This record gives sequence, C-alpha cells and structure tokens, in this order.
Amino acid sequence: MNQVDSISILAMRDTGPAPEAAITRDLVKHGLIAAPVLIGGSAAIWGTNGALSCGYGIVIVLANFTIAALLVTRAARISYALMMAATLFGYIFRLALVSAAIFFVRNLSWVELLPLGLTIIISHIGLLFWELRYVSLTLAFPGLKPKLKNSQSTFSTQDESTV
Amino acid sequence: MEALARIAKVAAAAGASAADAKNNAAAGSAGFAYGLAAIGPGIGIGLIFGSAIESMARQPESAGMVRTTMFLGIAFTEALALIGFVVFILLKYA
Repeated sequence: MNQVDSISILAMRDTGPAPEAAITRDLVKHGLIAAPVLIGGSAAIWGTNGALSCGYGIVIVLANFTIAALLVTRAARISYALMMAATLFGYIFRLALVSAAIFFVRNLSWVELLPLGLTIIISHIGLLFWELRYVSLTLAFPGLKPKLKNSQSTFSTQDESTV
Repeated sequence: MEALARIAKVAAAAGASAADAKNNAAAGSAGFAYGLAAIGPGIGIGLIFGSAIESMARQPESAGMVRTTMFLGIAFTEALALIGFVVFILLKYA
C-alpha cells in the first residue's frame, strides 16, 4: 500500500487561512453598510418598534454567519470529519439558536414580528448575493483575488504532522 | 390535509369554539410547514458537504476554493429553512 492509499479523509485537516472567516468578515462589513438603509426603511413603515426589530434581525443574521464560520474554521483545523459534523449539526444548532432568539423576545413591547421576519430573510439572502458577486468574480478571474500573507498551500494531513 | 381536518374535528368535538379550532389548525399547519422546510435544507447541506469532501480528497490544493463555495452554498441552502421558520412565526404569532 503506497502513502496515498494510507491517507484517510478522516485524518485530513486544513491548517491554512480560513476562507470562511474572510467571507464572514465581508458579510459583516456589508451588513453594517446595509443596516442603516434597512433600519431606516423599517422606521419609515413600522415606526420605532419596526426599526428596533429590524436592527435585532440584522444582529441575528450576522451572528448566525459568524457562528457558522467559527464552527467550520475551528473544526477544519482539527479534521475534515469534524468539519462535516460541525457543518451538519451546526445547521441544527444555529437554527435552534435563531428560533430561541426570536421566541424569547416575541412578546416584548418593541418587537414587531413582520419587520423582524422580513429583515432576517432579506438581509440573509441579500448579503449572500452581495458576497457571491465578489466570490464569482475572483473565481472567474483569480488574478483579481487579494493576496494573503501566507498564500502558499498549507494543506496538510495528520499523518504528515506526526512525522 | 387529513391530519389538519382531524385536528379540527377533535377540537370541535371537545366543545371548542370555531375560532379555537381555526387557531389549532393554523398552529398545526405552521408547525408542519416548519418541519417540512427544515428537511430539504438538511438534505441539501449533506449533499453539498459530501461533494465538497470528495473534491478536497481528489484535489487537496483546491481546498480553499472548495470551502469558499461550500460555505456560500450552505448559507444559501439554509436560507430556505429560515424562510420556513419566518413563515411559521408569522402564521403562529402575527
């Protein structure tokens, strides 16, 4: 059995720069740019309560992206198998967190459910499409991609790290 | 639909008012919709991650690119579950 056959996907890990962290930083940056527009629109339609609910919805969406990136990044440094578990169970975990974040505040006086729900959907999908434009461009034209400090291949396996 | 009708019949038989029966049916259908909305993205995320792992195993040097598209794909898939959840919240509480 040669060395390639002996490397298991369960033992593989990635110690390089995490693309999820970069994407999430961009998403949060874009979210903070879009937040005043969304909050202003909600304030114009639903008043102060709508603006507060909209702000809360944006916080939920950005926190959801951040937790997802943290889970995947940390797990990928340990092993791809753990990354798989973090991705699949993280989906359920984050869905539960979003549910709890709404259920606990739904009866408060400043919460308007319609702007809160609309903000979650619109900001989640809108931010992803905004980010997708940038990612599609850098995939199509890799020369446009910003250079990272440690841009050389940093892929490794646990077999190599133990040698 | 049969389950909803049965829920409505049981509520009516128990002496509940028509409004209560309607509320029960709405709550049941909202929970049913939320459950259905969470199944699809779960399957989708599994498929995305399975393909990503296969790609990274075949071409480890492209892991960064694969993880980028994987993360965005998962986030897009998850939007379906969020839409289902928001519809559930609006049907149930708004």
